[in-house]
Amino acid sequence: MEHIISLMVENKFGVLSRVAGLFSGRGFNIDSLSVAPTVDPSVSMMTIVTHGDDRIIEQITKQLNKVIDVIKVVDLTEHRHVDRETALVKVHTRAEDRAEALRISDIFRARVIDSSPTTYTIEVTGDTEKVEAMINLLRPLGLKELVRTGRIAIGREEFRAGVQQEKRKIEQAT
Amino acid sequence: MLTGAEIFLESLKREGVKTVFGLPGGVVLKIFDVLYSEKELEFILVRHEQAAIHMAEGYARATGRAGVALVTSGPGATNTVTGLVNAWMDSCPIVVITGQVSTSMIGNDAFQEADIVGISRSCTKYNFLVKDVADLARTIKEAFYIATTGRPGPVLVDLPKDVSMAKADFVYPESVYIRGYNPTYKGNRWQIKQAAEAILKAKKPILYIGGGVINSDAADEVRELAELTQVPVTMTLMGLGGFPGTHPLSLGMLGMHGAYATNMAVHNCDLLIAVGSRFDDRVTGKIDAFVPNAKIIHVDIDPTSIRKNIHVDIPIVGDVKHVLKDLNELLRGRGNGDLKDARKPWLDQIDEWKREHPLAYKSSDKMIKPQQVIEKVSELTLGKAIVATDVGQHQMWTAQFYKFLQPRTFLNSGGLGTMGYGFPAAIGAQKAFPDQLVVAIVGDGSFQMNLQELSTAAAYKLPVKVVILNNRHHGMVRQWQQSFYGGRYSASRLDHSPDFVKLAEAYGLKGLRASRPDEVEPVLREAFEDRQPVIVDMIVDPYENCYPMVPAGAAINEMILGDPSPEQPQPSRESDKESALPA
Repeated sequence: MEHIISLMVENKFGVLSRVAGLFSGRGFNIDSLSVAPTVDPSVSMMTIVTHGDDRIIEQITKQLNKVIDVIKVVDLTEHRHVDRETALVKVHTRAEDRAEALRISDIFRARVIDSSPTTYTIEVTGDTEKVEAMINLLRPLGLKELVRTGRIAIGREEFRAGVQQEKRKIEQAT
Repeated sequence: MLTGAEIFLESLKREGVKTVFGLPGGVVLKIFDVLYSEKELEFILVRHEQAAIHMAEGYARATGRAGVALVTSGPGATNTVTGLVNAWMDSCPIVVITGQVSTSMIGNDAFQEADIVGISRSCTKYNFLVKDVADLARTIKEAFYIATTGRPGPVLVDLPKDVSMAKADFVYPESVYIRGYNPTYKGNRWQIKQAAEAILKAKKPILYIGGGVINSDAADEVRELAELTQVPVTMTLMGLGGFPGTHPLSLGMLGMHGAYATNMAVHNCDLLIAVGSRFDDRVTGKIDAFVPNAKIIHVDIDPTSIRKNIHVDIPIVGDVKHVLKDLNELLRGRGNGDLKDARKPWLDQIDEWKREHPLAYKSSDKMIKPQQVIEKVSELTLGKAIVATDVGQHQMWTAQFYKFLQPRTFLNSGGLGTMGYGFPAAIGAQKAFPDQLVVAIVGDGSFQMNLQELSTAAAYKLPVKVVILNNRHHGMVRQWQQSFYGGRYSASRLDHSPDFVKLAEAYGLKGLRASRPDEVEPVLREAFEDRQPVIVDMIVDPYENCYPMVPAGAAINEMILGDPSPEQPQPSRESDKESALPA
């Protein structure tokens, strides 16, 4: 089963290699991995999409926790979360296809970010299903190049009305 | 302001380091120059860097403190890799400092440059490249902290030449905090309570202890638990010494070369209490058939060890000593007398298995049996020596026939199975305990992998006793070839080994030889009474096999108990005559 694992890691050299090396050394799979610094420049967030049975996923999260540069591990699959990825699609466009390409990109609320007489480069963001659906529709026109970010994910904030009001009251008081 | 080299050595002293093993080279010359006038640190110059790491491991294993090694860049650094993997697999706290080319040269394929931080990433608990001299003191503090806390392990610090030359103020941190590293020491109370109930309820429990008991200094707690609840104790290779081998509840080692009664007891138990052990394949045999009727309690400081190889019913993450203390507290006064009666049928059953197939060998009046040598060493040292071994038949015989009484008295390479480990490890332990008897039991094959360290033993007057079980073969390989490959002894025979007695003399040391069974005791006595390093060449039966043996892939109750019966074709023993050494 697919799991999205979110890692908070130290933002220093070699950390990516420690995490990637752990997966290759122990025969775990990485479907996608993305990493970038956060608001705190000493910390990076890494999102890893992987798959395996429960025993393997348990080992993956435990092994990741054991890496000294890993500060926190959350298996987002166990929580309510949102995930997104971005794809940049360079599609061949003959004159008669150009309108069709724009229509497709409109349907998916994608944007053309570069254009040449024979190509459009389209940027699309969404969950994997949406991104793949658009790519599949564009495919008949002829895909010249395709770049995907891999998924990033974040937990949904638990919203409890009472708690929020309480917080607001405290804020107002101070 | 101090130079990086001075900061480095001062930091070692702050960590209580007394001994550093290693070998100099170009990029660490500055450090060695400072070391030249250093009074408090003793440097042990080895002959090969691999041995420096094994010495540091032997030192660490025997003392419980971190062992330290210092080598140069490039080949000096890459020669440490086997030792690093070994320490990683066996959870041994060592700190290895490698020189590195100057920071401006890194990545340029400079002379003697190797990316040791990249190379050692997967075989160290953590590693550092120090780029700024201002970070050096804190890095050393963190290195020792990481190596010795939690599940111990090797840490490598890569120190570029310009960093050791640059100057900075020396401020040694009192403590360090690493936000991604918080080992759990206290076990979960609820889980420990569950474990206590399970132990009281069990009819056929087994306590299965590993190296974690040694690392956590928990031998007393294990003994209390065993006696309190009358649970028989079996040990992994790394756990030997964690419980006295002469204790009535001791079952010795389990697994591939475990005794018949031990493996039968483990196979048939209804509760397996795993403490600081990790269900290695050499212990479990066929994992699906392991302890088919047992509940499993697993205590380990490393969460990844739990449920890695086998499903566990009651997992307890924590330091063995802490957890067992809490567990014993719950169990104390909970029906000790009743338990004795309740356990009797189980202990009787185990005794019956012991009578059926005791751990034994056929002695001979013509040829020295290797097991006889081990028994004699055990008898003469009263189980009080520090014993190191290499890897192979001699290691298994030592595990079977030497009665270990104390923790930290058995040094060997369990996880990685590194031939050539024993002799340097023994030197490291001897350095830590100069007055104790330290015996390296080795094979004629494995000893030749690090025998250059005879110089080191001689130079520093470290009176290690090397007992070679000389069977003119890579014995374990030969045994497998005999058992599973039709006696086709491919590349397992060792011709043209040196005359080990003359070799000892060439190094200015004493060499002794025994070729007949009646010579074993006097030769060992002579060696052990000597105050210098001695090599004892024991010419043993080359075709002796190590039994019981669980074939790879079989369940641990499916043991081969001895050589096949004589009707079956036997490999010829004639061919051995030509390879026999002069008597």
